[in-house]
Amino acid sequence: MTGEEIVLAVSRIEERAKPREKCAMPAVTVPVESLAVFMRAIHDDPALSFDMLCTHTAVDWLGENRFELLYVLCSLKHGHYLTVSTSVPRDKPEVSSVSSIWRIAEWQEREVYDLMGVLYSGHPDLRRMFLEDDWNGFPLRKDYKDDFMLELPE
Amino acid sequence: MTIRPITLADRIAAGQKVESLLSTQEYFVNMGPQHPSTHGVLRLLVRLDGETVREVIPVVGYVHRGIEKMGEYLTYRKFIHLSDRLDYLSAITNNWVVAMAVEKAAGIEINDRIQTIRTLCAELQRIQSHQLWWGVFGMDLGAFTAFLYGFRDREVVTDIFEETTGARLTMNYIQPGGVMFDIHPDFVKNVKKFLAYFKPKLEEYETLVSGNVIVQARLRGVGILSPGAAVSIGTTGPVLRASGVAHDLRKSEAYGVYGKVQFDIPVGVKGDCWDRYWVRIEEMRQSIRIIEQLIDSIPEGKHMTIKPTAKIKLPEGLYYNQMETARGILGALIVSDGGEKPYRIHLRSPNFNNLWSVTAMAPGLRIADLVAILSSIDVVVPDIDR
Repeated sequence: MTGEEIVLAVSRIEERAKPREKCAMPAVTVPVESLAVFMRAIHDDPALSFDMLCTHTAVDWLGENRFELLYVLCSLKHGHYLTVSTSVPRDKPEVSSVSSIWRIAEWQEREVYDLMGVLYSGHPDLRRMFLEDDWNGFPLRKDYKDDFMLELPE
Repeated sequence: MTIRPITLADRIAAGQKVESLLSTQEYFVNMGPQHPSTHGVLRLLVRLDGETVREVIPVVGYVHRGIEKMGEYLTYRKFIHLSDRLDYLSAITNNWVVAMAVEKAAGIEINDRIQTIRTLCAELQRIQSHQLWWGVFGMDLGAFTAFLYGFRDREVVTDIFEETTGARLTMNYIQPGGVMFDIHPDFVKNVKKFLAYFKPKLEEYETLVSGNVIVQARLRGVGILSPGAAVSIGTTGPVLRASGVAHDLRKSEAYGVYGKVQFDIPVGVKGDCWDRYWVRIEEMRQSIRIIEQLIDSIPEGKHMTIKPTAKIKLPEGLYYNQMETARGILGALIVSDGGEKPYRIHLRSPNFNNLWSVTAMAPGLRIADLVAILSSIDVVVPDIDR
């Protein structure tokens, strides 16, 4: 399927799915509350069958007070890609885990929790990944500061 | 009356069941962070019952350097230099992923000479990486000879890289818009010399290790990864292909000049340690094939299509580019706000995903098998931690 066909096909599954603007590859934005059901549907749908979660990460849009969560999905069966984007407010970053659909999500979500501080409900083992357990704050947030950081000379 | 300690025989005589007397206890053992078979600073927390592995919990982060955070403060051209430090055995491919993501986003045109040089270097890099893996794999199985053979032959490739790029490990060779330097005048001659040298050596590898009875017994049927689990865990590269899934970006999304050359994708049958071993040996042969087809026909042209000092700005948006390194698919996800630096840069590293396949493969096997499994997936820890 071409990118437009995929976006059209997923909008039939979830009518609130909108194309994500300013993106070089096929991408849709879905509301956070319907994410888990939507992901399960596009994983199971035989025409789409997104069987691999290539990567999952988050972007801190400080000015808009939201985290954007990005899921790059791939279908090895059909050889097509889709990026799913969803947003959570910065003061209440909660989203349901997709680790029951793709096993790798368990560890990718742990990484995002560690560095960005997004909480995943239904995650089996939400711990820090790279940093120590008693680390304060989440380093990839744009407003993160600690004593070790130096000012960048202009 | 003499007093003696109560023995097992006394307890059996008193009517206790043997099974209850010989009960085992589960315990946790740390493998690493400083363990020769973890190839860097990786810790495996292993739950054991006797010598049988019940569960493996990888603990990572010992070489976390915050490369993604650093990337937000560096221009794209500077960030290339950090990408070398991910998977240090695939430095050139790492450069290429980021460079190609930037080129696609900024619309920078690349000529055929650059594409050919990049493809040649990437394949040399793959051979070099698999040579080192083969040596270390042998050492993990207890064959020190393989280690010395692997390093001896890898030295030849490293010398070729040193001539052209000036570095042996972190080359910083591929830049947005081209390659840092043109190839050394002796490059073609030396690569041909290396191929003539290495082809019989590869056969020697086979007779030395592959056919060995102990190696076969250690690898066959050990650490089976089913295709379903391999896909769900998101493994890529030789690990995925050994499980029988023929997914190779060099074929399916031919970048560089891979579309113009003939090569096969080796695919395993069972997904055990032997298949992962065999797939890598076969990949070296295919890389030799690719290099042979390209080495005589490097087109003329410039090695850089933009000025090395030109400012690179990406239009606002989200970009993702991925490529097949020696260990699997490396992806670069760039979020740009229109400036010279990325707003957010994320790297999808192949080793991060491949590592977790251990948790699916190891339960039920022995500790020695765990060493073979870990070595057969060939992890490079700085790429996991980033």
